[in-house]
Amino acid sequence: MTGGLRDLVSIAAFVLLVATIPLVTDSGVVLNFVMMALYAALLGQAWNILGGFGGQFSFGHALFFGTGAYLQAMAQLHGGINAWLALALAVAGSAGIGALVGALTFRYGLKGSYFALVTLAFAEVFRILALSVPFTGAGVGLMLPLQESFINMQFGSRKGYLYLVLAFVAAALLVTWWLKNSRFGAYLQAVRDNEDAARAIGVNPFGVKLGAIALSAGFMGAGGAFYVQVFQYIDPGIAYGPAVSVEALVAAIVGGMGTLWGPLLGALVLHLLADVTRNLFGQLPGINMVIYGVVLVLIVMFLPRGIAGLGATVSALWRKRQKESGDRRG
Amino acid sequence: MFDSAILFPSLLNGITTGAVYALIALGLTLIYGVLHIINFAHGAALMVALYAVYLLKQHWGIDPYLALPLVVPGMFALGYALQRLIINRSSHGKDENILLVTLGISIVLENAALLLFKSDTRTIDTAYTLTTVAIGPAMIALPKLVAFAGALVVSALLLWIVGKTDLGRAIRAVAKEKHGAKLMGIDVDHVYAMSFGIGLACLGAAACFLLPAYYVNPQVGSGFVLVAFTVVVLGGMGSFGGALLGGLLIGVVESLGGLYLGESLGQIGIFAIFIAVLLFRPQGLFGARI
Repeated sequence: MTGGLRDLVSIAAFVLLVATIPLVTDSGVVLNFVMMALYAALLGQAWNILGGFGGQFSFGHALFFGTGAYLQAMAQLHGGINAWLALALAVAGSAGIGALVGALTFRYGLKGSYFALVTLAFAEVFRILALSVPFTGAGVGLMLPLQESFINMQFGSRKGYLYLVLAFVAAALLVTWWLKNSRFGAYLQAVRDNEDAARAIGVNPFGVKLGAIALSAGFMGAGGAFYVQVFQYIDPGIAYGPAVSVEALVAAIVGGMGTLWGPLLGALVLHLLADVTRNLFGQLPGINMVIYGVVLVLIVMFLPRGIAGLGATVSALWRKRQKESGDRRG
Repeated sequence: MFDSAILFPSLLNGITTGAVYALIALGLTLIYGVLHIINFAHGAALMVALYAVYLLKQHWGIDPYLALPLVVPGMFALGYALQRLIINRSSHGKDENILLVTLGISIVLENAALLLFKSDTRTIDTAYTLTTVAIGPAMIALPKLVAFAGALVVSALLLWIVGKTDLGRAIRAVAKEKHGAKLMGIDVDHVYAMSFGIGLACLGAAACFLLPAYYVNPQVGSGFVLVAFTVVVLGGMGSFGGALLGGLLIGVVESLGGLYLGESLGQIGIFAIFIAVLLFRPQGLFGARI
């Protein structure tokens, strides 16, 4: 079996495996854990498309999350649009905002720290705007009325939401698989590794990065829409605040940037850690984020390729040690 | 609307705030100029310094201005240790890693503060908190005036250190050409850590000048961090004169923006400048380097 085919089979196996969880257990704790871990994985996967495969580190992915969340809520509340149509609108709208921000920033060649800063600033501008204009409900936020039915994308139990987010994660896995195996993905990784060299062989870096940010933003918008459907509430701090941006990038970096399974692994590990500490110390404000921050620093210090790259990092260390001892003997 | 009786106090207010912005931005621009990294933990470090000043006042009754000789060396030590023990070890030769590590440090600091102090906003009371001084037709709070003068003094001190001392010469040498500096016998890692320490020491001074007229909560840094970044990109990354002028300019823009557009929309003016400068003139308005 080729690597591409093997990945597809593992994606199918993973989706089937997770899909059986609600069939074998009714435990709210388990279902909620799986749902929230998948949700975090979705945000990480979205970030990974642009950050991992494209090498453009966004510190303001909340911009796309919040736009998706507000579109999902506003389309239903102000437009009377069906929740599923609203979802399409939310994804398309966030992708559009992504393309717009990308067009502005990549046109002027912003990269590295400058790109991180400008995405952060855009998210902050949107947060202040959402606080100031009436149709987002300003500081009060927007509340979605409770109307449980499939048509309204509101489910009576966690199971329905689990399947919904699983579908998003599966779609993101397939897109990531496509990035690993397609011409576009190869262009994107070439631009990440050396933009000038990529341009020299005929790749258009601007167009490639624009496609990546739109894709990434679209999935982030789906995450925002999902949030609104589950919690039926959104406000400017949740939508455009830094917590979501951090959650997305930490999951991808801890798991392993530019890999198929990295964001899922990262989200799972981080949520396990968060749950363990919650059991040890109780519900304390900020403790989750302290752990996320510590894990982020430790991973960058000791495992720059993330958990998915653990094998590669260890074997590189091993080879280095072998070589050194060989040098010493020789 | 352009009545000078409103405009002048607002301008004055902007300039005094701007001086503190300039001081914060000087630390950031020094770190950028020497290490070529963006210190995302700058706002969180300022928050730590503000809590230090707050605790010294609440528990030992030490006046914020008298706390300067404690807080400034303390922040210097924190910066030196952070750079030496964590940041320097995690770069693996890639700037992105430093970006992520400083982001991680800021997340840890901010949320540790949230754990320890809850999200309450705290202020301190001093005898001079409400004292005002008349300058022409305007009344200005005494602590703001002290902050303005203090920020200028510390900035001058920083310029003297970088311009005239041996350490400053080493810093400039490393900023220009670190391999060459290393060959001349300069301990580059030490200079990096010294620069980071001095950058954070500026925050210690800023915190002592700020707190009598300001407040502290775990999120207070994030408000300043974007302002400081704006000042630094406006003035040109690594430019001291640019940071000083940029700080004053941003202070005035914020103050006038708040006057004409209201508090929250006034802030948008800052971000609009920030995004516009990053997009159209990323080398900054003045463009000079250390």
